[in-house]
Amino acid sequence: MNWGSADNFFAMGGYGLYVWGSYVVTALLMVVEPLLAIHRRRRALRDAASDARPEDHES
Amino acid sequence: MKLTLYTFSSPPKYYALTGVLVPVCWVLAIVLSAIGLWMGFFVAPTDATQGEVYRVIFIHVPAAWMGMFLYLVMAFWAAIGWAFHARLASMVARAVAPTGAIFTFIALWTGAFWGKPAWGTWWVWDARLTSFLILLFLYLGYIALVEAIDDPRRADQAGALLAVVGAVNVPIIYFSVKWWNTLHQGATVSITAAPKMATTMLQAMLIMTFAFWAYAFAVIFTRARAIILERERGAGWVNQLALKGSSRSAKP
Repeated sequence: MNWGSADNFFAMGGYGLYVWGSYVVTALLMVVEPLLAIHRRRRALRDAASDARPEDHES
Repeated sequence: MKLTLYTFSSPPKYYALTGVLVPVCWVLAIVLSAIGLWMGFFVAPTDATQGEVYRVIFIHVPAAWMGMFLYLVMAFWAAIGWAFHARLASMVARAVAPTGAIFTFIALWTGAFWGKPAWGTWWVWDARLTSFLILLFLYLGYIALVEAIDDPRRADQAGALLAVVGAVNVPIIYFSVKWWNTLHQGATVSITAAPKMATTMLQAMLIMTFAFWAYAFAVIFTRARAIILERERGAGWVNQLALKGSSRSAKP
C-alpha cells in the first residue's frame, strides 16, 4: 500500500475520523492502563515497606 | 527456578516468575504492534468495497477476541479459586477483569466508529452488539461486586459465582451472528473454513492479536503482582521484599 503523501495517509480515503477515532482512543487506553497498573504495584510495595519497618509508625 | 504445577499456587513464586515475564511480554507487545500496524497500514491493500475504513479491523477484531477470551480466563481462575480455596487463583481472576473490560470497551468503541460509515449508524440493538455490551456490564459488575465486599475471600466467592454464570454469554456472543439475523457480519476467520479476506490483511490482524495477547499478559501480571502485595501484606516474604526494594531506593 503506497499512500503517496502524509496527507493522503491521514485522510484515510475520507474515513480519517473513523479510523483515527478508533486508533487514538485504543492507543490512549493501552498507555493509561499499564501506567495505572505499574503505579498500583509501586504503591503496594511502598505500603508493605512501611508495614515492615515498625520505627516508621512512631514518627 | 524449578517450575512445577505448584509454582502457580504459591504467591511468592508466582510473584518472582511474573517479575521475569513482564519485561519479556512488553518487548513482544511493542515489537508485534509495530509489525502489525506497519502491515495493516502499509502492506495490506485497500478493501474493494469498504475502502480504507476497514483498517479498523486490525484493532477491532483482536480486541473483541481478547474481550471474550479474557472473560473465560477470568471465570476459569475465579472458579478454581472458589472450588479449591486457592487464594492466588482468585487474585489472578481479579487482575484479569479490568484488562478484559478495556478490550471489550475498545471492541465496542471501534465497532461504533466502523459501524457509522459502514452501516450508517453508531449503534444498533442487534444480537451481536447487545450481547457484547452485556459482556462489558458483566466485567463491570464483577469488578464492582468484588470491590464492594470487605472480606476478600467472600468477595472472591461472590465474584466467582457472577463470573461463572456470566460465562454463558461468551458462546452467545460467538454464535449470535449465526443464531439471529444481525447487522453484524458473520465470522471472517473460522477454524473450519478458509478465511474470507486477503492474506496480508489476515496476517496483520493475527499479528495484532498476538500483540494484544502479549500486552494483556504484561498488564495482568503487573496488576496481579500489585494485588498479591496488597493481599499478602504482613507476610514474611512481602516484608523482606519491600525492605529490600526500599533500602535500594532510600536516600542516605
